[in-house]
Amino acid sequence: MIELTGLTKRYGEKVAVDHLTFTVRPGIVTGFLGPNGAGKSTTMRMVLGLDNPTAGDVRIDGKHYADLRDPLKYIGALLDAKAMHGGRNAYNHLLCLAQSNGIPRSRVSEVLETVGLTSVAKKRAKGFSMGMGQRLGIAGALLGDPEILMFDEPVNGLDPEGIHWIRNLMKALASQGRTVFVSSHLMSEMALTADHLVVIGQGRLLADTSMAGFIRENSRSYVRLRSPEQERLRDVMHEAGITAVSAANGSLEVDGVTSEQLGELAARHQLVLHELSPQQASLEEAFMRLTAESVEYHAHSDGDRPEPPGAGWGAGVQQPKRKGV
Amino acid sequence: MAATQVLKSEWTKIKSVQSTIWTLSLAAIVTIGLGVLISILSKNEFQKMSAQDKLAFDPTFVSFAGMSLGQLAMIVFGVLVVSNEYSTGMIRMSLAAVPQRGTFLFSKITIASALALAVGMVTSFASFFLGQAMLGDLRADIGDPGVLRAVVGGGLYMTLIALFSMGVASMLRSQVLALGVLMPFFFLLAPILGNVSATKKVGQYLPDQAGSKIMQVVAPAGDDAPYGPWGGLLIMALWVAAAVAGGYVLLRKRDA
Repeated sequence: MIELTGLTKRYGEKVAVDHLTFTVRPGIVTGFLGPNGAGKSTTMRMVLGLDNPTAGDVRIDGKHYADLRDPLKYIGALLDAKAMHGGRNAYNHLLCLAQSNGIPRSRVSEVLETVGLTSVAKKRAKGFSMGMGQRLGIAGALLGDPEILMFDEPVNGLDPEGIHWIRNLMKALASQGRTVFVSSHLMSEMALTADHLVVIGQGRLLADTSMAGFIRENSRSYVRLRSPEQERLRDVMHEAGITAVSAANGSLEVDGVTSEQLGELAARHQLVLHELSPQQASLEEAFMRLTAESVEYHAHSDGDRPEPPGAGWGAGVQQPKRKGV
Repeated sequence: MAATQVLKSEWTKIKSVQSTIWTLSLAAIVTIGLGVLISILSKNEFQKMSAQDKLAFDPTFVSFAGMSLGQLAMIVFGVLVVSNEYSTGMIRMSLAAVPQRGTFLFSKITIASALALAVGMVTSFASFFLGQAMLGDLRADIGDPGVLRAVVGGGLYMTLIALFSMGVASMLRSQVLALGVLMPFFFLLAPILGNVSATKKVGQYLPDQAGSKIMQVVAPAGDDAPYGPWGGLLIMALWVAAAVAGGYVLLRKRDA
């Protein structure tokens, strides 16, 4: 169990993590979702005692990280696949971690076997592909056979086979009753693995809900209609007690009525339809809506043009100050 | 967290990277090789020296002449041992495994210093005996007064140089920065400050200038240093203590 209470990290004026309070429970995979720069990695570093919180508290099974005796036996983490000395071979990389926590040497070979790196155990890590590095990082997390596992963006840079492997591994670890906390910026990835969802944006907690609940609330299904006689269509639906909402692209969106019913209604009134299509809002859209307010670095859309390049010498030096939105 | 576990872990770390072997063997080879070379040259030049120089001729110190260059490899060793953690990102794994940052740093420094001491002693004794063999009838004997102290001191000097570098690297974290500060300092700045008469009063308290006094058996002409061989080594040890303490304080409060 990982408990965060009012966890806050400030870098000067900038707030990276803003009063986060939530609990990561055992037996399930908890997805930690947020756009890039939302504060996921900073939060995870604070869980491991690597970064000091500006305020608030984080506890592992009720204890502060620094008070854990042989912490790798409580919590294993994959923070950054490249966090290893490239000149050291895979076996020795794991061995030095194992020795520091009094973990027997035999366990090193075991975890290498688990992640499928036995054949390259004596190869130096700098020759490893991204996927192999990720596997070695996961081997390090599993080393102490910990009850809590934390993975920061574990599928980054993995091929489909590797992604599949990691998903199954996380589910298997959770089904053994372990606490699994995994971060991602991809909703679709989380939908496949997580049972519980914690969403943050700009360091603030936006949602703390079960995956099933999130899907129920956010996967809205509706019907999109377009007609050259939009106003009449609206009136006809209004008489039938159906409320339509105008969408940005000039179409109408209707909730809670099937496309069949709407098509028959239009036929009865001899209305011409240019579109009649059932739609399902994706979880990705739901996630984007949720975090839209908090996305720190918006791509410039049409309405929000970048400043025209300044005329004259040195204009490029004076970057316009970018404020958080 | 048993400290022995962490010591074991640091021993595995240090012996499983090639830079350890590279830097330490370079330190030994350069120190011994250059010492031998300069001993040969000194013997050939001895007849041409002034009476005063002949009087101040220190065969023991001559055989350590390679130290000024060999110590640079020791500096690289000390810097790499610490800064490798930062340049590779390994530091986050290391501190997650050993959150007691003092235990982590001092275990690392203990293992690296023990290794530097072993290599330093072998290098110092080898430099002495090979150098004396080249000096022929000018040679000093290990039993002569002050000679054993100077030879043991040579090993201690190399160890302290490595330790000082570890302390500085702990403070600066970046190996480029640490080497960029230490190399010019020990190769150029300290020798100049310590030998130019205008700056000598201050320069003689710099770590290498004070520390190398331990390797002298005969005081050089015009030497008026206010400290003896052990006093000099103590001054150097204070520099080392300050660097390591600085590294420890910063490691404790910084985000990794």
